[in-house]
Amino acid sequence: MTIRGAALIAGVYEHPRREIPDRTIPQIHAEVALGALADAGLALADVDGYFCAGDAPGFGPLSMAEYLGLHLSHVDSTETGGSSYLVHVAHAAQAIAAGKCRVALITLAGNPRSGGWERGAGFSKAPEAGFETPWGATIYAGYALAATRHMHEFGTTSAQLAEIKVAASVHAQHNRHAFLRDLVTVEQVLDSPLVADPLHRLDCCVITDGGGAIVVVAPEVARDLDRTCVKVLGAGEAPKHTNNGRIDLTHTGALWSGPRAFEEAGVTPADIDYASIYDSFTITVLVSIEDLGFCEKGKGGQFVAEGGLQAPYGRLPFNTDGGGLCNNHPANRGGMTKVVEAVRQLRGEAHPAVQVADCELALAHGTGGSLATRMGSATLVLGREDT
Amino acid sequence: MTDLPEIAPAVTLETRPFWDATAEGRLILPRCNACSTVIWYPRLFCPSCASDDVSWVDAAGTGTVYSFTVVRKGQGPFAPAAPYVLAYVELDEGPRVMTNIVGCRPDDVTVGQRVVVTFADTGEATALYRFRPADR
Repeated sequence: MTIRGAALIAGVYEHPRREIPDRTIPQIHAEVALGALADAGLALADVDGYFCAGDAPGFGPLSMAEYLGLHLSHVDSTETGGSSYLVHVAHAAQAIAAGKCRVALITLAGNPRSGGWERGAGFSKAPEAGFETPWGATIYAGYALAATRHMHEFGTTSAQLAEIKVAASVHAQHNRHAFLRDLVTVEQVLDSPLVADPLHRLDCCVITDGGGAIVVVAPEVARDLDRTCVKVLGAGEAPKHTNNGRIDLTHTGALWSGPRAFEEAGVTPADIDYASIYDSFTITVLVSIEDLGFCEKGKGGQFVAEGGLQAPYGRLPFNTDGGGLCNNHPANRGGMTKVVEAVRQLRGEAHPAVQVADCELALAHGTGGSLATRMGSATLVLGREDT
Repeated sequence: MTDLPEIAPAVTLETRPFWDATAEGRLILPRCNACSTVIWYPRLFCPSCASDDVSWVDAAGTGTVYSFTVVRKGQGPFAPAAPYVLAYVELDEGPRVMTNIVGCRPDDVTVGQRVVVTFADTGEATALYRFRPADR
């Protein structure tokens, strides 16, 4: 079974706020759910499939289905960290293709900016916990381990990593909702304090409250909607772990999820007009574009330094909303907004300054977990409705 | 900057022998009796061949820095200890283990550096395996 063309994204919504101290997390889930359904021209009563991940409080989809008043024939609470929502789009397409549901709703919400955040309480029970918690391994320090090794093997530089933040800031200046809207220079990134060598503060994504939602529908539902939809053409998912202590820090699961998605869609990296690339840190983007085949392994630094990521004219315009690095990283999970901006591009609804001309094929890629240990990589290839 | 905190690890039925050995100043590793693979992180299951026939062997306690970072901003109990070095050390037996490099200035650590194990008592019948430069 293939999901190519089996389902379409009919609605998306990104919460406009970046600090939401006055609402509960379920309230934000409800708000973004209604936003995406309104975008599609559908109502909550139309939803028969529901998807959420670890950010959903309580008993996950059961608690949220009750809160929202949903009556469902399909639920899925796949958790791969920040990439979960890309996996959910793929799983929704699979469920729709199998006839399990017709209107799938995916929601994300959280408030780490105003409400604080700690690593999932469940981690202390993980079998690996005793061997990872005693060393002071912060999230950013883990990504720094990957950056150090990449620099060692390929000569990647901090200035090259900084170019990724610069490109994100070039895009974010056009997004009135972006958390950071100021243009930054390579020098400003390099002059910001080191948090864990070689990563500086400005190599890191923002921490924001917020959320988002996606509505995936069957083709017969899409036909009756007035809204321009986006086709799900291919998907790949790949967990990567420490591989019995033989971890290779220079690649991600994108090495496997990317080819799976391209093959299903029947396209190649060269065909992609726009890419949303998960950007928890600058190094996350660099390694991902190599693994996805947009450039040779080890040449990511050169690719980004040549302006490859800048819209609208770079070889691979990326994260035109400003990405997690500048715009939004709601609930410390950046996968949702990756899909949302890819849909905007394919609908021609990105900001005119960063809209890619004649954007027919987009890629959205997520990296959940950590480059330093275990991650969930997920890749989607999306196409304009008329492709 | 203070010394690194000695955070007692979570010990389970599977990892009790490993941590008991650290308290005696010994680094031991689980090895699969079916396929001879050295297993990391320690568990009584071989992820290479699915055998549960695992025994413990003494490690040389030496290795090479595979990657590292100088953490400038520590969190929680590690905040006062910054800057400190988080690293992956590739043991001579094969596994790459997460750890700290101690016994030198953080800025003196390099990828490829030879290191040897050293133990820090947690006060709870376990000790943390850290590494220091072999030439010190």
